[in-house]
Amino acid sequence: MRRSITFRLNGDEVTVEVEPHWTLLYLLREVFELTGAKEGCGMGECGACTVMVNGKAVVSCLYPVMEVEGKEVWTVEGLAEKSPEGLHPLQKAFIERGAVQCGFCTPGMIMSAKALLDENPNPTEEDIKTAISGNICRCTGYVQIIEAIKTVAEEGHGKGTA
Amino acid sequence: MERELLNVVGKPVPKRDAHYKVTGQALYIHDIKLPGMLYGKILWSEYPHARIVHIDTSKAERLPGVKAVLTGYNIPEIRFGFYKDNTPLKKGKVCTMRDEVAAVAATDPDIAEEAISLIKVEYEPLPAVFDPEEAMQEGAPLIHEEHGTNVLKLPWKLVAGDVEEAKKRSAYIVKDRFRTTWVTHCCMGTSGCIAHFDPEGNLTFYSITQIPYLAQRDFQEALKVLGLGDKKIRVIQTYIGGGFGSKLDTHPYEYIAILLAWKTRRPVKIVFTREEEFRCTSPRQPTIIDITQGCDREGRLTFREVHMILDNGGHTSWGSTTPSVMMMPISSLYRVPNVLYTAKCVYTNNTYCQAMRGYGNPQATWAIECSMDQLAEEAGIDPMEFRIINANQPGETTPQDFKISSCALKECIEEVGKLLDWKQKRGKRNGRGVGMASLIHVGGGARVYRSDGCGTIVKIDDFGKVQVFTGATDIGQGADTVIAQVVAEELGIPVEDVTVIWNDTDVCPWDVGVHASRTTFIACHSAIGATRKVKAEILKLAALTLGVSEEELDIREGMVFSTKDPEKKIELGKLLRSVHYRSQGQMVMAEYFYDPDTVMLNREFKGNFSKAYAYGTHGVEVEVDKETGQVKILKYVAVHDVGKAINPMLIKGQIYGGAMMGIGYALTEEMIFERGELKNPNFRDYKILTAKDVPPMEAVLIEPWEELGPYGAKGIGEPGCVPSAPAIANAIYDAVGVRIKDLPITPEKVLKALKEKEGKD
Ligand code: FES
Ligand code: FES
Repeated sequence: MRRSITFRLNGDEVTVEVEPHWTLLYLLREVFELTGAKEGCGMGECGACTVMVNGKAVVSCLYPVMEVEGKEVWTVEGLAEKSPEGLHPLQKAFIERGAVQCGFCTPGMIMSAKALLDENPNPTEEDIKTAISGNICRCTGYVQIIEAIKTVAEEGHGKGTA
Repeated sequence: MERELLNVVGKPVPKRDAHYKVTGQALYIHDIKLPGMLYGKILWSEYPHARIVHIDTSKAERLPGVKAVLTGYNIPEIRFGFYKDNTPLKKGKVCTMRDEVAAVAATDPDIAEEAISLIKVEYEPLPAVFDPEEAMQEGAPLIHEEHGTNVLKLPWKLVAGDVEEAKKRSAYIVKDRFRTTWVTHCCMGTSGCIAHFDPEGNLTFYSITQIPYLAQRDFQEALKVLGLGDKKIRVIQTYIGGGFGSKLDTHPYEYIAILLAWKTRRPVKIVFTREEEFRCTSPRQPTIIDITQGCDREGRLTFREVHMILDNGGHTSWGSTTPSVMMMPISSLYRVPNVLYTAKCVYTNNTYCQAMRGYGNPQATWAIECSMDQLAEEAGIDPMEFRIINANQPGETTPQDFKISSCALKECIEEVGKLLDWKQKRGKRNGRGVGMASLIHVGGGARVYRSDGCGTIVKIDDFGKVQVFTGATDIGQGADTVIAQVVAEELGIPVEDVTVIWNDTDVCPWDVGVHASRTTFIACHSAIGATRKVKAEILKLAALTLGVSEEELDIREGMVFSTKDPEKKIELGKLLRSVHYRSQGQMVMAEYFYDPDTVMLNREFKGNFSKAYAYGTHGVEVEVDKETGQVKILKYVAVHDVGKAINPMLIKGQIYGGAMMGIGYALTEEMIFERGELKNPNFRDYKILTAKDVPPMEAVLIEPWEELGPYGAKGIGEPGCVPSAPAIANAIYDAVGVRIKDLPITPEKVLKALKEKEGKD
């Protein structure tokens, strides 16, 4: 039986019919056709599906869709769309610092970083590592990802956007 | 090429496709849907070795939404793989727990899954064998009866000089046995494909392959069996969520998708779950390695003798050919005049193996570099000095007949020594220690097929923008970027004006695949060749327009100008428009095929099969907790001889990524099989390193200009993961005096070794 839920997606209010057993990842990918959140495992173990719900990074592959009701969801697409320059500073830094190789982990990684910087604009390297420790990247060895996040924090761009 | 005056080459140009990836717009196989597309699903074997007595698919066939159910009994026989011992769906018997027994196509993934659960297979279990040494014995269960033995008939033997004679002359000799186990690529994007036949019977195959043009040929063989031998095959690659060698072969699931698509005449997509990715893709080959090495009184290596046993698993993919690359470090890492190497690949009922970053080199280097430390100790020489004494040098020819052009191995070793403060830190045995290990790898392509070629087409549009069609494949390493850089450099235009198109066999020229760290070297050479032809044409046209001679013309920032009279100039786009929009106009476009003048290894496995060779040394400082056996990396340095770095930022990305993979290989990663069944098919239990595990790490580039390289460059895709494990093992030995000889080096193994040592001391 489908049910209707209403929530804010990338800044806009949306109402949508869902099957209660769906995950948020399924809703985003299959209904809203947002391809940023990836399914790397479907079991909460890789972080490729990370999005932000009410300011926190969550693995959307485990997030029950009914719990989204009334909440605020952000995906990597929204970060770009709602940034005045077309890219969020984190997205820019990931590009410029070589933090992207195959790119499969990238959207989830950026959302984890965004949740961190929103909460803690001046993170230590350890804070950064902890914040993205649920996001597996097989390509980069994380070094340039950590650098990219650090740059954004240092430039004071962490807060405020989107 | 003027080394000093480079505008784009040598710069940290961001990866060209990164903006698609950071915004979620890059489409991977998981993101692609075609109208009318069906979802395929595979039923895997329940036994490591069993006769298939009966398959009942009737219930599955009756499930609404199911469009096809296939088994080995209702499809024609298609054989593939290096040894042609694999089929898409198994008939008669299964040889591994990952054998494909049946497949369905249905209108949605849930129905496909349900249909799979409705298929009933009756098996008669057969005696199985999981240890290659047991499998070699008389009377062991035969995996492929028709083969008569479990030992594959492969000729892996390399002889150079006279090892027996050299043994007599050696002052010091060490001998030991090392082991490595299965590790898997863990590409973050799981495997998948979409197969689709058009109404004429031509196949379009959406793919994540690393070998689009070889895959085309493999699939053509399959189509022949279906009576479609004259049909066309188009391979379209989506963005690829990691490669690392895993996509260097064609795989059963791909043939299954093709068969389902042909049966239903609808597009069929198969995408693996993470569990399937762990269980059903082909990992790195496990090895048992016996190594003996000797040196003279001065510490000069006299010989190296290596005998290996490789667990081939139940079928054969490229894993069985990794000895051909293992020979490279065995014969040519350090100067060793006498070499003997043999390898046996043995069928078992385990999973079967494939290429994985390094292609056997990590296993071989593991044994060689641990043994190097043992030999240095035996000879009473500092391991760093010992390596310097034996370091390869530019201009030498190795026992395998490799012609070493540039080589900065000595500099790499010395740099590691400096960065680690080697002399101060080594030899304390106080729980902290330092270790190092080096590598050699092909850095100028590798003629492992009859061709090592790559084609490029370059064209210029009305606006002076350049489209480059390359045969090369980008798996995230940055082929799209370095190719754009060399083209921009050659043409004197901004790199942003270059678009690299690489993903469609109908559009792009031929290439042999992304492997052997070859893409930068080969594809850039090819791109340069095409661009130079284009540039010559541009200058010719501009000379006519400007009324000056071609020789005095050049291009800078998109402007063709006279070097004698800079006032005489024309903007590139304007020039192109003028030649397009006139009567008897023309296009400006060129192609080029680069295939290096290397040779395949001959019957003795000798010959210069790469244009250049890459070197590197990794150094590590560790702290070992004697209570827990935990190894903590305090510092990790990776120094690589890369030739000229076309893009230092991307190269460092390759090195960091490789090194973290290498550290995982050393300390945590292990596929645990029990009677052929994988016990840890998930990221909880298979321990891939996370950001929290990143040690203080430095990547250092040593850049000797490689005369034979494109802008002096050599390949770097694989080297980063090769020497990590022995470097760490050597550091652990330096810290606490125990040597772990089988990977991974878990705390339990360290603790056990410490206990044994205490018992002895
Ligand atoms: S897909 Fe959600 S954590 Fe892996
Ligand atoms: S860039 Fe490939 S997994 Fe992170």
